[in-house]
Amino acid sequence: MKPVRKQRLYLILAMVVAIAVAAGFGLNAFNQNLMFFFAPTEVVAGKAPDTAVFRLGGMVVEGSVQRPGDDLRVRFDLTDFEQVVSVEYTGILPDLFREGQGIVSRGRLRADGVFVAEEVLAKHDENYMPPEVADSLKKAPGDLE
Amino acid sequence: MGSPPHFYRFTGKILPWLSLLCTLLIAAGLWGGLVEAPADYQQGDSFRIIYVHVPSAWMSLFVYVVMAVCGAIGLIWHMKNAEIIAVSSAPIGASFTFLALVTGSLWGKPMWGSWWVWDARLTSELILLFLYLGVIGLYAAIEDKRTASRAVAILALVGLVNIPIIHYSVEWWNTLHQGPTVTKFDKPSIHVSMLIPLLLMAVGFKLFYLISVLIRARGELIERESNSNWVSELLEKR
Repeated sequence: MKPVRKQRLYLILAMVVAIAVAAGFGLNAFNQNLMFFFAPTEVVAGKAPDTAVFRLGGMVVEGSVQRPGDDLRVRFDLTDFEQVVSVEYTGILPDLFREGQGIVSRGRLRADGVFVAEEVLAKHDENYMPPEVADSLKKAPGDLE
Repeated sequence: MGSPPHFYRFTGKILPWLSLLCTLLIAAGLWGGLVEAPADYQQGDSFRIIYVHVPSAWMSLFVYVVMAVCGAIGLIWHMKNAEIIAVSSAPIGASFTFLALVTGSLWGKPMWGSWWVWDARLTSELILLFLYLGVIGLYAAIEDKRTASRAVAILALVGLVNIPIIHYSVEWWNTLHQGPTVTKFDKPSIHVSMLIPLLLMAVGFKLFYLISVLIRARGELIERESNSNWVSELLEKR
């Protein structure tokens, strides 16, 4: 390679590396802001804002979904398998909402520690399979095949 | 491949074959995905949008890398063909990005409950669309096409940092978008009957990109070389 070309190659490599490092520092500094939601553990530990609106994500605890009235009000518990936070929501739930499903809700904490949600989004996982396979997995948990 | 007339003749010969192969692959992938593959256990038939969404999203990243690498080759070796491939890739990549965003949004409304959320994956993919649009705009704004190619290559290389951010966003941060299903080191978490059409579509989309970039590059080449002998010879033959 001619020296001029080699120089240009190094210049470009240096530029790409420098930008990557700068972006790395920048993203690292804003790490907390880039998180889409807080986990129940963080909420219980007091890391989430106690007055402002934020998002809470976790799994809906099996058997925790209750409808206290005959309106659209629904109560359920969210867990990250370490801590549990109760959520209250009034409105229509997305199709994928069910017990054991991951969800993300937006709202704020009430003084009694219950999270009052204004919006509930279902978080889909990365598994895709036909219903028959899902059924047999439930009977005998094993490999996906 | 270095000389423009040779590039033009060679690509003219292979284009029909590529088009045939691409049509077959996409037809087989669509048939497999929309008819043969079973419905998903949770999403039902809505999951079938994966056969357009995922290949487009993969291509949006792939085309960007090709564009940046060709741009760098153009900067270092001043190779005309590499410059042309780089600038010709931008509109195709932008279309793939747009398609990925739109299909994702259509799927997100029934499944998540929202057309759009500002999570790390969706936001970084939107930035990718803006990068492509920036490349297209910058190239159009500069009169001299060789200068324009160089400016565009630098912009593309600066934006390259976004590619790993998009890919790893779902692992580095909490996002609403799910994690990778196929492109992880572990076994893919998708049933084989659903995976095969997806892979057919992915290869079909790659070929579609190759075909469209070659067609665009041929046009760009003729335009840039319009004063040269081989182009006038080409025109006389017509």
